[in-house]
Amino acid sequence: MQLTLLALILTLLTVIGFLIGRSRAAASVGGRVAELHSVPSYHGVYVALWAGLPALLLFLAWTASEGWLAMQLVLSALPERLTTGDGQSVALLKADILNLARDISTGREPDPLVAEAARRYAAFRDLADWSLLAVGASLAVAGLAWGRHRIGPDLRARPVVERVVRVVLVLCSLVAILTTVGIVLSLLFEALRFFTVVSPLDFLFGTHWSPQMAMRADQVGSSGSFGAIPLFAGTLLITVIAMAVAVPVGLMAAIYMSEYAGRGVRTWLKPALEILAGIPTVVYGFFAALTMAPFVRSVGEALGLDVSSESALAAGIVMGVMIIPFVSSLSDDVINAVPQSLRDGSYGLGATKSETIRQVVLPAALPGIVAAVMLAVSRAIGETMIVTMASGLTANLTANPLQAVTTVTTQIATLLVGDQEFDSPKTLSAFGLGLVLFLVTLCLNMVALRVVRTYREKYD
Amino acid sequence: MSITSGIQNQLKLRPRADDRTGQRSGAAGLPNKMTARGVKVFYGAKQALRGIDLDIQENRVLALIGPSGCGKSTFLRCLNRMNDTIEGCRVEGQIALDGEDVYGKAVDAVQLRARVGMVFQKPNPFPKSIYDNVAYGPRIHGLASGRDELDEVVQTSLKRAGLWAEVKDRLREPGTSLSGGQQQRLCIARAIAVSPEVILMDEPCSALDPIATAHIEELIDELRANYTIVIVTHNMQQAARVSQRTAFFHLGEMVECDDTEEIFTNPRDERTQGYITGRYG
Repeated sequence: MQLTLLALILTLLTVIGFLIGRSRAAASVGGRVAELHSVPSYHGVYVALWAGLPALLLFLAWTASEGWLAMQLVLSALPERLTTGDGQSVALLKADILNLARDISTGREPDPLVAEAARRYAAFRDLADWSLLAVGASLAVAGLAWGRHRIGPDLRARPVVERVVRVVLVLCSLVAILTTVGIVLSLLFEALRFFTVVSPLDFLFGTHWSPQMAMRADQVGSSGSFGAIPLFAGTLLITVIAMAVAVPVGLMAAIYMSEYAGRGVRTWLKPALEILAGIPTVVYGFFAALTMAPFVRSVGEALGLDVSSESALAAGIVMGVMIIPFVSSLSDDVINAVPQSLRDGSYGLGATKSETIRQVVLPAALPGIVAAVMLAVSRAIGETMIVTMASGLTANLTANPLQAVTTVTTQIATLLVGDQEFDSPKTLSAFGLGLVLFLVTLCLNMVALRVVRTYREKYD
Repeated sequence: MSITSGIQNQLKLRPRADDRTGQRSGAAGLPNKMTARGVKVFYGAKQALRGIDLDIQENRVLALIGPSGCGKSTFLRCLNRMNDTIEGCRVEGQIALDGEDVYGKAVDAVQLRARVGMVFQKPNPFPKSIYDNVAYGPRIHGLASGRDELDEVVQTSLKRAGLWAEVKDRLREPGTSLSGGQQQRLCIARAIAVSPEVILMDEPCSALDPIATAHIEELIDELRANYTIVIVTHNMQQAARVSQRTAFFHLGEMVECDDTEEIFTNPRDERTQGYITGRYG
């Protein structure tokens, strides 16, 4: 409540600050704006920043520390027998206080001391919020007044505003980077917990995948086995099939679009191809499972082959179709970026269109095409749904595309679906797989970048 | 000193090839390699050329001059049908190579371009090695049977383009690693390698420094012995230095075409006079 009010007050003061700053700046030179060092709107933003920014910083610092401070105050008032003990009992005590303070039942009759502490905690938080509101609002008003006071023809408002803008931009890019780092770290720590239970060597080089852990010693099938080779092999197999479909088709579609198609055809063909990229992968999944897999099976049977009803081939082909727009759209852009002068040079020597494309345009576009293909590979490796639905969960170690295989991402999904205990190796193995997946795609992307940078021709 | 008198001085200082051979220059002297009659070009609704009649004599250098947008490059690109690659471009009239209509049904644009080669404004070496750049044309036309013969063609072409001495130890390096002037000579070598009869040059020196330009100009003079050359240039001194005949284009029309010396010393048309004295363009 108080915080919403504060947010409203700050917004209002900021807007008012902007308007006041702008009009006062113009007034300070009697309307002859050219005499100002900075144009009036910079003065407006300057006052608005003074009104909003200090209060916002206070707000952030306050909310970050308030809960911790309140807890410390409350705990210090409790008798020592409650606050000393191992980490877990203290954590439990804190959780009880927090829950009681929010009127959430802890499921048992609370210790009167704890109940009292919770009441004090809630009261303190309430008081703190009100004082934050008071202090924040006064700070905003004071800032506004100060900013307004500073305004004059010689105020260098523009450099100040530009500096603040720059800091904001830096913070935004840091958010993206820090999120990535956070995700990688959480992946890393969970994976490390997994590797304390299962040796990394067994995981990386074992050929049997059966992620079960015994609950009792005499349980049937209790021998958990975490050899991930079948998953890697399955991922590789499906990716290879998908790329075998997507690269030739996508590339040739790109060549048609950029070199042969007239402007009219191109304007509808390219968006139409890109629609393929907009179909949800689940839809591809049931297309693969209900249409492609039976089709592959019946064709295989007609040829006298033994085809599993869930085959790597079906999943791979459909995944390839899904990836076509990635390859075609990116390659099309790259091919269009090849300078016309190269084509002219080739035509001028009496080369035909296909000779020109094969021997001049494609080599010139190659780095970009490689990058497009690498991106498509990353995409294929990361794809989960199609394989889950069309190729199944059986961790076969086979190179036969007519058999069912499973992939790393599919396994991660199955391992984490439903209610799971987060301390069993079965669940933790998902993080191990995730880490490997992350490292592989990272390497692929770096190789792709390197290739592109090394072989890029410089055209000006 | 005005531009015109500068050019006239150059013409005096530098003995003309025609004077050396004692042959009198003029339309009657040499057979026509190519002829253009009533050539009109449209880009969509816009007309770029308004009926051009022009003879291109064998083993001569013809310079096309004129202000920007006058249609001289468009005309050049008609001669080997490079305009076919531009969407919405339409060519009317007749252009003949050795008496045969190049826009006729019997002529394949691809084969025509092997006979009428082209060098472009900006050096445009392919993203291949120096060797492969030159070998590109002979390979696609099957001009060389076997490795040795191809080596021979590449070497001869590079020698004729005056580049052999500079690149003979680095034939495997990419063509783009050469300097601008070397790249342009590589492009000329590439054009020569398919043994064309006519070479079209579209402002071949406009992206080059004066020394590289001098190289190319010498080269053009040497190439004249074996090829018919048409060169578009913005640089009137260059036209005066390298060409035997000059045609002046203005607003899609060919104003006059005569011996280079005549054009620069005694132009018949006012517009030509105005252009070469720098009044406009």
